[in-house]
Amino acid sequence: MALLNVTSPHLHKPGNTGAFMRQVIYATVPGIAVLTHFFGWGTLINTVLAVLTALACEAAILKIRQKPIAFYLNDYSAVVTALLLALAIPPSSPWWLTVVGTSFAIVVAKHLYGGLGMNPFNPAMIGYVLLLISFPKEMTTWLPASGVTASTEALNLLQSLQLVFTGQISGVDAFSGATPLDTFRTYAGQPEVLDTNAVLHGLMAGYGWEWVNVAFLLGGIYLIWRRIITWHIPVAMLAAIFFLSGFFNTAVDADNYGSILFHLLSGGTMLGAFFIATDPVTAATSAKGKLVYGAGIGILVYVIRSWGGYPDAVAFSVLLMNLAAPTIDYYTQPRTYGHSKPNKGLAKRS
Amino acid sequence: MSRRIWDIPGGIHPPENKAQSAGVSIRQATLPERVYIPLQQHIGAPAKPIVNVGDRVLKGQKIGEATGFVSLPVHASTSGVVEAIGLHPVQHPSQIDSVCITIKSDGEERWIERHPIPDYRAHSKKEILDRIRDAGIAGMGGAGFPSVVKLGVKSDTKIEQLILNAVECEPYITADDRLMQERADQIVAGLEIMAWLVEPKEILIGIEDNKPHAINAMRKACEGKPIDVVVVPTKYPSGGEKQLIHLLTGKEVRSGGLPADVGVVCQNTGTAYAVKRAVLDGEPLISRITTLTGDAVTHKGNYEVLLGTPVADLLLQAGLQRDRMHRLVMGGPMMGFSIHDPSVPVVKTTNCLLAPTEKEFPDPAPEQPCIRCGSCANACPVNLLPQQLYWFAKAKEFDKAAHFNLFDCIECGACAYVCPSSIPLVQYYRFAKGSIRTAEQEARKSDHARTRFEARKARHEKEEQEKELKRQERAKAAAAKQATKKEAPVKPAPVAADAAPTAVAMPATSATDTAGEPDELTKLQTAAASTMKRYKDAQKALETAEKAGSDHIDALRKKVEQLKAKADAAKDAFIAAKNAAKAEPEAHKPAHDDPLAALKQASADDFNAYKAAEEALQQAEASGSGDLESLRTQVAQLKAKSDASKAAMKEARAKEKEEIQARNAAADPVKQAKMEVAKTQVLLKKARKALEAAQASGEGDIAALTQAVQDAEAANTQAEAHLKQLEGA
Repeated sequence: MALLNVTSPHLHKPGNTGAFMRQVIYATVPGIAVLTHFFGWGTLINTVLAVLTALACEAAILKIRQKPIAFYLNDYSAVVTALLLALAIPPSSPWWLTVVGTSFAIVVAKHLYGGLGMNPFNPAMIGYVLLLISFPKEMTTWLPASGVTASTEALNLLQSLQLVFTGQISGVDAFSGATPLDTFRTYAGQPEVLDTNAVLHGLMAGYGWEWVNVAFLLGGIYLIWRRIITWHIPVAMLAAIFFLSGFFNTAVDADNYGSILFHLLSGGTMLGAFFIATDPVTAATSAKGKLVYGAGIGILVYVIRSWGGYPDAVAFSVLLMNLAAPTIDYYTQPRTYGHSKPNKGLAKRS
Repeated sequence: MSRRIWDIPGGIHPPENKAQSAGVSIRQATLPERVYIPLQQHIGAPAKPIVNVGDRVLKGQKIGEATGFVSLPVHASTSGVVEAIGLHPVQHPSQIDSVCITIKSDGEERWIERHPIPDYRAHSKKEILDRIRDAGIAGMGGAGFPSVVKLGVKSDTKIEQLILNAVECEPYITADDRLMQERADQIVAGLEIMAWLVEPKEILIGIEDNKPHAINAMRKACEGKPIDVVVVPTKYPSGGEKQLIHLLTGKEVRSGGLPADVGVVCQNTGTAYAVKRAVLDGEPLISRITTLTGDAVTHKGNYEVLLGTPVADLLLQAGLQRDRMHRLVMGGPMMGFSIHDPSVPVVKTTNCLLAPTEKEFPDPAPEQPCIRCGSCANACPVNLLPQQLYWFAKAKEFDKAAHFNLFDCIECGACAYVCPSSIPLVQYYRFAKGSIRTAEQEARKSDHARTRFEARKARHEKEEQEKELKRQERAKAAAAKQATKKEAPVKPAPVAADAAPTAVAMPATSATDTAGEPDELTKLQTAAASTMKRYKDAQKALETAEKAGSDHIDALRKKVEQLKAKADAAKDAFIAAKNAAKAEPEAHKPAHDDPLAALKQASADDFNAYKAAEEALQQAEASGSGDLESLRTQVAQLKAKSDASKAAMKEARAKEKEEIQARNAAADPVKQAKMEVAKTQVLLKKARKALEAAQASGEGDIAALTQAVQDAEAANTQAEAHLKQLEGA
């Protein structure tokens, strides 16, 4: 009888890449719930649209590349990309925005680079940046969070569907509202407006958004607990934002620079820190490297938010640090057992 | 008081699966019909058989002798008749057969006379070390490094810790666990012998906390002895030598270094037991404890097995359900090797035989793309970045892989175990390591060839220069003589008038003499110059070809040599003629002036130096003292030197012969032609033989060899035709 002849190790821990990715999907559930609570069904509709688009694109490309379709769809990587992009797109955006962004992310940013594991840039963020540059109006129009004024309510399912697929809602005229980051940016230096604007005054930070960020923080803690990600990137990124915002808010000018909590709990900070910056394919890989990489993203986020042309900056910061990740990896190797110090840089050419 | 335990990075906690085999006492395996004793069961040089087919051997009799410092003897594990000495399947990663001595058991188990040393402290360390070496004891944990090499500590090395590795961190294996539970006293006795040999400051036993019974047994056996039983947390691979040293002492063994460098000697439990048996009982290593486990085995447990017992016999005895067995592994599930043929014998390092079912060890899942999740880096016990090494290995960027410390990988398999994408990472690292080693070997070879070529060129140039110098000296001397001669007849002339006619006649004769000679001389000189020029041209062509890496280098080289011989012959002829013309018979040079004799002398001297060094090394090895490493390098250097000078002498001799032949042949064209025929015939035969050998083995460039044979045939035919022509004429 033929015995299986393979090399050691003969044991393998149960689990595969698909299981790994599914954990990420589970961890977004609190965030999705809070987004839906404050902004209506738009987020869920976006998510479904994005996932379907991503699966279709992935299958088509796999077919063209003559790869086993079911085998690769099972790794859930396309679903995760679609999900993260959908969470970043405003819930009021038209359906085609989601479809364009997702297909670009899967086809160009992922598969044209060689597919899973080969892409140098985070595909979801490439899709996001494409949309932000091409359709700035749609991408920066958010709904007001429900409850921000006494009359604001979240859209119901029908209204959300109408908005996404037709661009208008019968019986409602004004349905757009600025995000806290946008509002702060517009009125920076005008303390009288900043102090009274309800958008900026939730319990801890911007109304509604503070809870979105708390929800993603919880999801992130779950990921660390399940050992899907390590603490290095989020902690370094949040620490960088913490120290920069603390310095400029307290030591420089509180009217022009938002508070620590405002920065930590606004926009895409927590989604970025735990779900986007931690994409292992495009991030730095050693523990030390992850700290450098995460801190770099945090610094860039703060710099672009405070002095750049966009209200939020997670996508640009992540993509810029993606570029730097391979180099960071060369210079942050751990010290191997039996060596007095870690190696640095590339191999010496003999 | 509990000792501090240093943590090692990474590590994994695979299911232990030790309960299946840990609960049953060690059983004696039945005597097999035949045992197959491989000559190599250890790291180092294989043993050399010292018995012949048909010999009767006794149990414990030495049947294979060690062949070097890092080598061990092998012994008959039962009494019987040597039935064969030849290739037999053994466990080998490449499924290569190895030379085994097959003994047909007579069933009597008759021992050879044993010589126990109960009072080893009364003996010299060298005697005890020799006993351990003669008993053929190799590290029984897995690698099989000759234990005596580790125990033979250099006198200038202070050993601080002697560590007994009883961790047994691999899942499924319980051989050491059972041995400790049942024979703790004997293990400790062996450990004490080793402690006496290396004189450590402290003696430590490292055991994982999942073996409480073994821990108790060892603690009891160590009572009142200066031995510390240290319990370490269960984690794979804590039982790696370097890992255990770090756990117990916090010391790190330098990359590429040995534990002795940091004052540690680490030995396996089974090894300690074998040392006890060898010294106190006088029994060589002919059996070991092997765990038989896996769901396809009915009677799981530990067996005391004679080395050389076929795995199939053993499994049969343990109730193997063959149809359920899906793979067969020698060693543990993390680092063991697949066995391709169940007839392979149990060897000194076989701590476990694992026969799992398909459900237990399913086929590896298909490899998914690496997403650099970093699970591998978190599991790595030596702090590597396996995800980066994987990329480098896959892209064949071996220099980068080496820079990321690929060679510090201990191949424990923790990374591959945790990889969610089911990537066989260890396999990639083995591939990269193998490729780098091969490349290094090739680089060494080509370096060697280049040095040889350059040395040869330098030698030839030097010879040329010496010849030229001699020639000039001779010419000078001749000129001086000529001058004195010329002066001589002029001076006496006025004194002896009657001598005048002679004096007048002298120039005349010399004129007539030289009238014929210069003609001949000029011819020879022209011939010498032209052959010299041809030789130089050919040499230039060879150099360009070598630079360009042309295929015809060999042919060109041959041509250059021939032309050189011709040129030398022509030059010699010219010189000889010139000397003859001057009628100045040169005194025979003393022998030591002869370059050949000088070379001979040098060769002999170098050879003697080499032999002397080798003898010194052997003495040092035998005594187990002295700086063996430097002695060994010295021997190697001297051997290289001796070989080189020998080669130089041979070459010079061949050249001289060629010169003589060329000279003789120049006188007799028929003889030359005959010689040419003989030479081409020899070459043809050689080429044919090489081709046949290549065809038989299926190795080598057969097309090139066939071409070589055809060329040789053509050359032979041509030479014969030439000879016939001459003879006809």
